[in-house]
Amino acid sequence: MTGIIEFIVLVFIVIGAFFTVVSAFGIIRLPDLYTRNHAASKSATLGVMSVLIGTFIYFYASGHSNTRLVLAIIFIFLTSPVGGHLINRAAYYTGVELWGKSSRDDLKGKVPVKK
Amino acid sequence: MTFEIIMIISICLLIMSILANIYRVVKGPTSPDRVQALDSIGINLIASIAVFSVLLHTHAFFDLILLIGILSFVGTVAFARFLESGVVIVRKR
Repeated sequence: MTGIIEFIVLVFIVIGAFFTVVSAFGIIRLPDLYTRNHAASKSATLGVMSVLIGTFIYFYASGHSNTRLVLAIIFIFLTSPVGGHLINRAAYYTGVELWGKSSRDDLKGKVPVKK
Repeated sequence: MTFEIIMIISICLLIMSILANIYRVVKGPTSPDRVQALDSIGINLIASIAVFSVLLHTHAFFDLILLIGILSFVGTVAFARFLESGVVIVRKR
């Protein structure tokens, strides 16, 4: 394990933890379900993928090349936005209201919303 | 030595963001909010397991990473279907 590999792994993992903390701040502070979902499903996904890439580089440099980790990266990249979309859709269809100051609602009157 | 300290600091950051999500689970006004926060807790747990396995220098937990990812996705889809239409599995008869 040379120093440059440790430095690269540290950069990836610290960037991932930073993005996750940004996502947590968004989840606490944003006013609306849809904006919170925006923060959670994009920033947390990018942070976790960065952490997993750092882990993969660490274990690849020390001799273990793991296909399971690559599979986990691809799986999270594919499924986390899909989960966010499904939650958003379920929330809109069950009548969760938008933020009071949001100015545009393209789906208003076009989908059946049950209260 | 510095490597381990920065690893422990990033684990602490990830656990802090899990606590933020728990706050949203407790306080969230609607139930899709809570589902969203639980999904995000699963994602953060994956990241903390990855950093923890780097810290312990073992590759025994990678199955766990994949498994928590799959379980979190399946749970989110099931809850979204339940909130949207009232049933999880539609019976076609």
